[in-house]
Amino acid sequence: MRMPIFRGMKHWGKIIPAVLLSSLLFAACGGNSPTILNPTGPVARQEADFFWFILAVATVVFVVVEALLIWSIIRYRERPNAPAPRQIHGNNTVEFIWTVVPSLFLFAVLGGTIYTMFNLSNISSTPGSIPSIQVTAVGHQWWWEFDYQNQHVVTADTLYLPQGAVVNMDLESSNVIHSFWVPSITGKTDVIPGHDNKKLFRADVLGEYRGECAEYCGTQHAHMNFNVIVLDTNAFNRWVSKEQQQAQTPSDSLAQQGLTIFKGAGGCTGCHGIVGVNLPSFDLNAKTTSGLSASSLVGPNLTHFAERRPIAGGVLTATDGNAPGQYTWANDPACQLVNGQLANKNSCGLYVWLHDPQAVKPGNDMVIGSLSDSQIFALIAYLQSLK
Amino acid sequence: MATRTIVEAPGVARRRRLDETYIGEWLMTTDHKKIGVMYMLTGFAFFLVGGIEALLIRTQLAVPNGKVLSPEIYNQIFTMHGVTMIFLFVMPTLTGFGNYIVPLMIGARDMAFPRLNAFGYWIVLFAGIFLNASFLFGAAPNAGWFNYAPLNELTTACGNAVMCTPGMNEDFWLLGILLLGISSIAGSLNFVVTILRMRAPGMTINRMPLFTWMTMVTAFLLLFALPSLTAASVMMLLDRHLGSHFYTFASGGDPLLWQHLFWSFGHPEVYILILPAFGMISEILPVFARKPIFGYTFIAWSGVAIGFLSFTVWAHHMFAVGLPPIAQAFFASSTTLIAIPTAVKIFNWIATIWYGKVSLKVPMLFALGFIAMFLIGGLDGAALALVPFDYQITDTYFVVSHLHYVLFGGSVFGIFAGVYYWFPKISGKLLNERLGQVQFWLMLVGVNLTFFSMHILGLLGMPRRIYTYPDNLGWNEMNLLQTIGAFTLGVAFMVFFWNLIVSLRSGEPAGNDPWDAFTLEWDTTSPPAHYNFETVPTVRSRRPFYDKKNPDIADWKTATH
Repeated sequence: MRMPIFRGMKHWGKIIPAVLLSSLLFAACGGNSPTILNPTGPVARQEADFFWFILAVATVVFVVVEALLIWSIIRYRERPNAPAPRQIHGNNTVEFIWTVVPSLFLFAVLGGTIYTMFNLSNISSTPGSIPSIQVTAVGHQWWWEFDYQNQHVVTADTLYLPQGAVVNMDLESSNVIHSFWVPSITGKTDVIPGHDNKKLFRADVLGEYRGECAEYCGTQHAHMNFNVIVLDTNAFNRWVSKEQQQAQTPSDSLAQQGLTIFKGAGGCTGCHGIVGVNLPSFDLNAKTTSGLSASSLVGPNLTHFAERRPIAGGVLTATDGNAPGQYTWANDPACQLVNGQLANKNSCGLYVWLHDPQAVKPGNDMVIGSLSDSQIFALIAYLQSLK
Repeated sequence: MATRTIVEAPGVARRRRLDETYIGEWLMTTDHKKIGVMYMLTGFAFFLVGGIEALLIRTQLAVPNGKVLSPEIYNQIFTMHGVTMIFLFVMPTLTGFGNYIVPLMIGARDMAFPRLNAFGYWIVLFAGIFLNASFLFGAAPNAGWFNYAPLNELTTACGNAVMCTPGMNEDFWLLGILLLGISSIAGSLNFVVTILRMRAPGMTINRMPLFTWMTMVTAFLLLFALPSLTAASVMMLLDRHLGSHFYTFASGGDPLLWQHLFWSFGHPEVYILILPAFGMISEILPVFARKPIFGYTFIAWSGVAIGFLSFTVWAHHMFAVGLPPIAQAFFASSTTLIAIPTAVKIFNWIATIWYGKVSLKVPMLFALGFIAMFLIGGLDGAALALVPFDYQITDTYFVVSHLHYVLFGGSVFGIFAGVYYWFPKISGKLLNERLGQVQFWLMLVGVNLTFFSMHILGLLGMPRRIYTYPDNLGWNEMNLLQTIGAFTLGVAFMVFFWNLIVSLRSGEPAGNDPWDAFTLEWDTTSPPAHYNFETVPTVRSRRPFYDKKNPDIADWKTATH
């Protein structure tokens, strides 16, 4: 009896390995993806190496077992006039074999697991780089704040790291559980209220990487991303000394108007701090001009806003769309003011955000006083002066 | 009912009592078979609901920056998809099979506690309606099926003075889950007592069909796992409404307490969803390979081993929370151990086909598809136990892929194997073979189209539970492919429902024993009479009906068990 199903089965036997292989190749060169397969630090590299080891073991098991299954279906398919098969109830020897053999595979992998796990934190800085750097990552709903206590620098949405230095990271949250993850640099650790979780990693390759919140944290979990920018030691030191400066009072009159709106009609100082405007320093316990503590401000510190790329958890990035990460808000081509006007305001992310933050990121905490377009343009001019 | 004698005055037409009308007969029944059918119909109704939710999710994610669902709605839909599929589809459907089949398999006339049985069913129906009624208030649960604290706590301030859960979303979850827990405890007690006390003469524990074995292990798992979930949910209700602080750090509680309590229910729950399907496969493979199950004892006891071990692995859901390394090593080891009995089962199933005479009827297709797909879910599940790799892929689409290979490739393929296998017993009609083959191949293609590339997406860094994604991260093609796969699955289920209708109306009559099967449920009429068997059968081996049909080569003459 011809069974059309078998032709299908044989076909599938070839297609499945083919799909497996081609998809892995695709994954290994996945363009802009924040892939775990192109590690740029020792932690992610050990994790990726371990993945290839597991994949090799799992592929062998997969191919052998599926082949056994498919072969036995084809070999022992019902044929016309075949006698009833022998009634075999079992065999203790083969049971013993197929209990022990998979156990050996599993214990080999388990050994690798425990060895790799205890080795992950065994890292030191590469010679010539900064010995170590202390950063606290604070998970807000829904954006990341990075606090460099020793350098007295506070930023948001972008984590700057010196190449080759061990990063000692404290993970803090005062709201819900988040998870800190930079696929190319390190696996994830949850950020849990009341648990002082720590993370140790190192970034070895200059460049810009995507970081994500990996624990479901509410409405805008999808928009709680950040950038990691790895700089060489000199560039990092230059960045730190620039970030330590307080904001300059703008010279341009439009930007001065913007500052007035920032302090007044916009209502911005209710949530945001700028060192030199309503904050005396980058210390989180510093009191605002109205006597509040900086740590009680729920919005990001905006002191050097103009140098940022992603804002609001990555929902908007300063860019012309073709070269992601190349532009900052100060020189985003769509946001350049000519005679106090934006040529095409709706292509400027900053305008869209200040005009109606709830339309861009529904559910977020940002509220803003109702401002006319010319007031928003002045505010943009001021924010662009915060270099 | 049948035993009641009513003497009536001649010529006076008596109004029929409620339990004598067709509707009333179902509403008031305590017959395990009717209750089983109602469980299954309810399960499949919720399967449709959960399936529509899945298609909404896939429609939203088909292209980057999707605008089909708002973030609030998306979060409600993905939460309810999980809740519905786990608590309202797979669990009731498997309970329905157990209700219908187990008493027949062990030669009993009904379950031990028929009224408790009916009570359990009606609770499930009302809890399901209650949970879904939340949509009418625009307040469906939205904190995930796992409902982590403190995201689900009314009093938690999020960022500023904004409430995380301003509505009653999580109250629906908590109360619905408590109701379902009551039903599951009632049902499990009933299964344990029925299986331990009501077996036909001669059916020792060692001769019980494997589906009965796995139903019993599942019932014990529920009895021991549910209290943890119930306690966690009650504490959450107290936190939300009476001002206690079990899960709030600021007042001395700990959000991780919820995760420990939830997963010490949640991991046994995974096996609650798959063990009965293991049992079904262990019934179906021998019948269509014309051989006894290979290694009965090993399959039964590996099920028991899985049951025990499933209570020791919960924290492998929590490797990223910052547990001490020694604890992580322990949970990695226990999770590795639980893979061994699972591997033993797969080898025994393949050995059952080996040297057999394999007939590829639709139930067998689904059973074989189950093995092929469950193997993938087993392998990537073992990978998730390997801590350093888990740091990278936990909470990514890799996990979504894994759990769907287990629950879809596993439980759902198992359920359809069971549907095609036992439908003739339940309805007296055979399901259409050709439509069944179409459904099977659509499902096999659909499940791989939808879920295989999710492994890759996880490796490419796509987190779970995001309502949209940007277009420049290389995730677009695979997401579109997955949406196409999901709609392929949708078509497969339309074929199934069409098959159900066509076969009920004009299906081929099945007769008592369409598959030449081995176990007692086939040794009675299709559908069985209210009392199941005219005479209670006597059992002398693991395949009593095979013995009856083949007295010369009966198992009890050739095998000792």
